[in-house]
Amino acid sequence: MARPVGARSTHRRPPPTKLRGTRGLIGWLFVVPALAFYAVFVLRPIALTFQYSLYKWDGIGPSTWVGPANYGKVFTDPDLFDSLINAFQLIVFFSAIPVVLGLAIAATIRRIAASRLALVARTVLFLPQVIPLVAAGIAWSWLLASTGVINQFLSLLGLGTVTRAWLGDFSTALPAVGMIGAWVLLGLCTLLLLAGMSKIDPALYEAARLDGAGAWREFISITVLSLRQEIAVCVTVTVIAALASFDIVYISTQGGPGNTTMVPGLQIYYLAFSEREIGTASALAVVLMFLVIACALPIQWFTKDGNR
Amino acid sequence: MARRVRSGQAGAALVIAMGTLAAACAAPGSNSPQPAATSTSSQPTSQSAAPTCGTAPITMNGYFETGFPLPKALTTEFSKQHPNVTWNIREDQFAVITQNAPRVLADNPPDLMRLPQVSELVKDNLLKNLDGYAQAFGWDKWPASQLEQLRLGPGGRPRGEGSLYALGLNFSMTGVFYNKKLAAQIGMSTPPATLAELDAALAKAKDAGITPIVQFNGGATGGLAFPLQNLMASYGPPGPINDWIFQKPGATIDTPSNLQAVQHLDRWVKAGYFQKDVNAVDYATMMSRFIDGQGLFMFNGDWESGNLDKQMAGNVGFSLMPPAQQGGKQAAMSAPLTFGIAANAKNADCAAFFLNWVATDQKARDVGVEVGGSHPMGPADAYMPKVSSDTVTASTLAAGADIAKDNGAMDFIANATGAIYAKSWTPNLQKLVGGQQTPQELLKAVQADYAGQIEGN
Repeated sequence: MARPVGARSTHRRPPPTKLRGTRGLIGWLFVVPALAFYAVFVLRPIALTFQYSLYKWDGIGPSTWVGPANYGKVFTDPDLFDSLINAFQLIVFFSAIPVVLGLAIAATIRRIAASRLALVARTVLFLPQVIPLVAAGIAWSWLLASTGVINQFLSLLGLGTVTRAWLGDFSTALPAVGMIGAWVLLGLCTLLLLAGMSKIDPALYEAARLDGAGAWREFISITVLSLRQEIAVCVTVTVIAALASFDIVYISTQGGPGNTTMVPGLQIYYLAFSEREIGTASALAVVLMFLVIACALPIQWFTKDGNR
Repeated sequence: MARRVRSGQAGAALVIAMGTLAAACAAPGSNSPQPAATSTSSQPTSQSAAPTCGTAPITMNGYFETGFPLPKALTTEFSKQHPNVTWNIREDQFAVITQNAPRVLADNPPDLMRLPQVSELVKDNLLKNLDGYAQAFGWDKWPASQLEQLRLGPGGRPRGEGSLYALGLNFSMTGVFYNKKLAAQIGMSTPPATLAELDAALAKAKDAGITPIVQFNGGATGGLAFPLQNLMASYGPPGPINDWIFQKPGATIDTPSNLQAVQHLDRWVKAGYFQKDVNAVDYATMMSRFIDGQGLFMFNGDWESGNLDKQMAGNVGFSLMPPAQQGGKQAAMSAPLTFGIAANAKNADCAAFFLNWVATDQKARDVGVEVGGSHPMGPADAYMPKVSSDTVTASTLAAGADIAKDNGAMDFIANATGAIYAKSWTPNLQKLVGGQQTPQELLKAVQADYAGQIEGN
């Protein structure tokens, strides 16, 4: 009997409607508790933020409906818009440096995997992850102070002329904050990439070597390519950390000097609790949420497995 | 393969869920306190006897500022005299209190609270109107200038007149502290009497390799506002500045004399009289540097008098900012250490009784001067604690009398609106230091932010 190819899978008999209904219902029952939590603690705040963003409100008194005016302010008020630009500049430090440097460090550690040094390096690099960001911010603001260790070190090297209050100088404050973020996130990226490397089949390297590939070629063609998914995770996590940064900036500079290190997270906080403009703060929060989604989704999409 | 919910179905469920959630809420703030809630009907205006804490055990809820020992010292002394009163005190940093004030007053009203700028709190009916208490206790017979900054018009604007909404534990004042040893090194035996003399002292210090001024200007609190307002006081009368702080209609900070003040500050910055890293220095660092002898002058307030008397005994002097011309009138930032009672406080009567006790009880006034370092509130002829004449505290108390004589008290320019300090003065002063802002632009920017914030509220 001739049967079209694939007919078995496409022409599956649908289950009786009654059974499907009950099954569906039971399925939903299992999901309900989690869904309820999700709705109350995630969806509801998002919906409320969106609602608040359409009002002019000081957080206590009566509110006035203003429609999308608050969104207009986010894009026209230079203070608010500049904070978005600063966040994108921070991506270089929070994301590019940890991922690139993380790759190099992970590859190095992998080569010396057996030695005790590898274990020490791994521990030291991961340490920032277990330190609260606030503590990291405080420690770094001491290190970066005009009399701090970094300036003392520079003076020791005869570079006394470049010493400055790194976090208080208009030209260096944002990069200085960025370096703190890079330090914090480097360990996470290194560890993730290291874990990914341990899954690569050694036979691949052997084959490459037989084909006459050098260390660099091996690194690019095998290591980096095989780590695509881990790199995607690193980039996603760090880009979100850059866009949504708050604690490090709040502790080290509070947005100053001027507004050079003002980031959207901090700006939302000031708008809501200091200026008491809940509507504008909510509008900026919604914009930030969409920016994060807009940045994270393409990364996921680009780095998805090729063998779909 | 895992069974997947069709995306259309999931999307619909999401939209329904979000829609239900959003639709379930009325406009934000629609359940906010109404003006009637704090009408004066609850005030003891008709009572003949002033309210007290009674004799039954009572627990007072206080919300105070971290790092200032005065309020706690006072409550401890109060409980000694009135054993039925115990205190349940929460403490936070001033910046946190500023941000928390509206919600705490609305949701969990304390009996006594350290307050930031109060206009917006009055507008939202969160503070008790103290007119009844003022009448019952006789506060309205105190020197009017003590209470002026705590009076507000209907809806919170303007300040300076209208009903009383808060009281001070004392009133503090700012001026110039100087290190006597460093002063002797440059031949300065008495504090400068004119602005020109101050300029000369600064230049001499710089030439002698001494940092002329240690000041803070980092983070969200720009400490150059202290010398700036002192310079404003040198160049012009305090009246228009107060009008601006009190949000009187048409008031502006962008005046010719204020411009001279900012230009003068700019010259100090350019001359290198402040430390190079002033934009990264916070208040605590400034204090430790001054106490450590790392600078000649520091612009700060008398709340540090007690501390400096301890840490630099005999080595620190204080003077008011010298006027631009010899013998000119003197003015200074001078503001009450503001405390208020929540509109819905449980023990409002006892809180008012406590505030009155702070100003009138002899022991309380001793604590106010010794621990607080500032002038107590109260009647003009009230008891004044004796202070050893060679202390800074003695100099600041004397300066307070001079300011009263010249009628030169001003509120702090950072108190004009709730956000003007962190969001306008600070970034603009930091830009001035960084050479990114001209004096003229600075005043224009602050005035624009001020107008926007007033309109926004």
